[in-house]
Amino acid sequence: MPDAHPAEQFSDFEQQQDAAELGMWVFLGSEVLLFGALLLGYFVYRCDYPEGFAEAARHTKILIGTINTAVLLTSSFVVAWAVTLVKLNASRFAAILFWIAAALGVAFLILKGVEYHDEFDERLVPGLNFHFEGASHDAVRLFFSYYFIATGLHALHITIGIVALAVIATRARRDDYSSAYHAPPVLAGLYWHFVDLIWIFLFALIYLPGRAT
Amino acid sequence: MRAHLPPRHLVLSWLGLLALLALTVTLAYQPLGAFNSVAALCIATLKASLVAAVFMELSERRSLTISLAAAGFFWLGIMFWLVFSDYLTRPNFPPSPPQL
Repeated sequence: MPDAHPAEQFSDFEQQQDAAELGMWVFLGSEVLLFGALLLGYFVYRCDYPEGFAEAARHTKILIGTINTAVLLTSSFVVAWAVTLVKLNASRFAAILFWIAAALGVAFLILKGVEYHDEFDERLVPGLNFHFEGASHDAVRLFFSYYFIATGLHALHITIGIVALAVIATRARRDDYSSAYHAPPVLAGLYWHFVDLIWIFLFALIYLPGRAT
Repeated sequence: MRAHLPPRHLVLSWLGLLALLALTVTLAYQPLGAFNSVAALCIATLKASLVAAVFMELSERRSLTISLAAAGFFWLGIMFWLVFSDYLTRPNFPPSPPQL
C-alpha cells in the first residue's frame, strides 16, 4: 500500500480524511454558486417570459430526460454502496461497482448526445441553426441558450466524474484503499453525488414546465 | 458475498428517489396552475436533500461539515434574495419622467 502513513501534517488517517472532506465541501460550495448563477438568470428570464419558457420546455425530450435522471440516481446509489464496501475492506467488489457507476455515466452522456442530435434536427440550437415559428421565438431561443449552456456544463462535470470513477476503480482493484485509508473514493463519491444533485434541479427546471397545458 | 449486499438505508433511499422521480413527472402533467412549478421545485429539493443526507452521508457528519455544505446554498440564497428583491419590485417603482 503506497499510502500506509498519513501525510506528515496529520496525526492519523481519520484527521486527514476529515480535512480532505472539508476541502471537498468548500469546492462543492463554489460549484453551487457556479450553477446557481446560471439558474438565477434562468429564473429572471422565466419571470419575464413565463409562456415562452413553458412552450420551449415542451420541446425538450422528457422521456430521455426522465431515463437519464433514473440513470444518474442509480449510479449515485451504486457509488454510495461501493464507498461503504471500501470502508469494509472489500475493495475488489467495490472496484466492480465503481466501473458500473462509470458505465452508467457513459450511458447518460450517450442519451444526452441522442437528445442534442434530435434538437439539432428540430433546429433548436441557438447560434447554429435556430428556427422557431411563433410569437415566443425570442423566449424559446433564450430558453434553449440556457438549456445548452447548463446541460453542457453539467455534461462536462459528468465527463470529469467518469474519469475520476475510472481512476478510483483501477486503484480499488489494486487494493490501494482500506478501512483506514479511503479518502479518494469518498471524495470522488461526493463529487459524483453532487453532479447528480445538480441534475435533479436541472431536470425540474428544463423538462417539467409547461407539460400540463 | 452476503456482507457485500448494499446497506438497507441506501436501497430505501434509492427506491425513494425513483418514486419521487415518478411522482414529479406525473404531477407535471396535472393541470395545477402555479402549483405545478412549486411541486416540481419542492420535490427536487426533497430529492436533493435525500442525496445529500444519505448518499453524501451528511446526516452522519459533525456540524462543522454540515455548515460548510450549507454555506454555498446560504450565499446562493443571498444572491437570489438581493436580485429578486430588486427585480420583482421594479413594477412598483416606475422610472420618474426626466427632470427638465
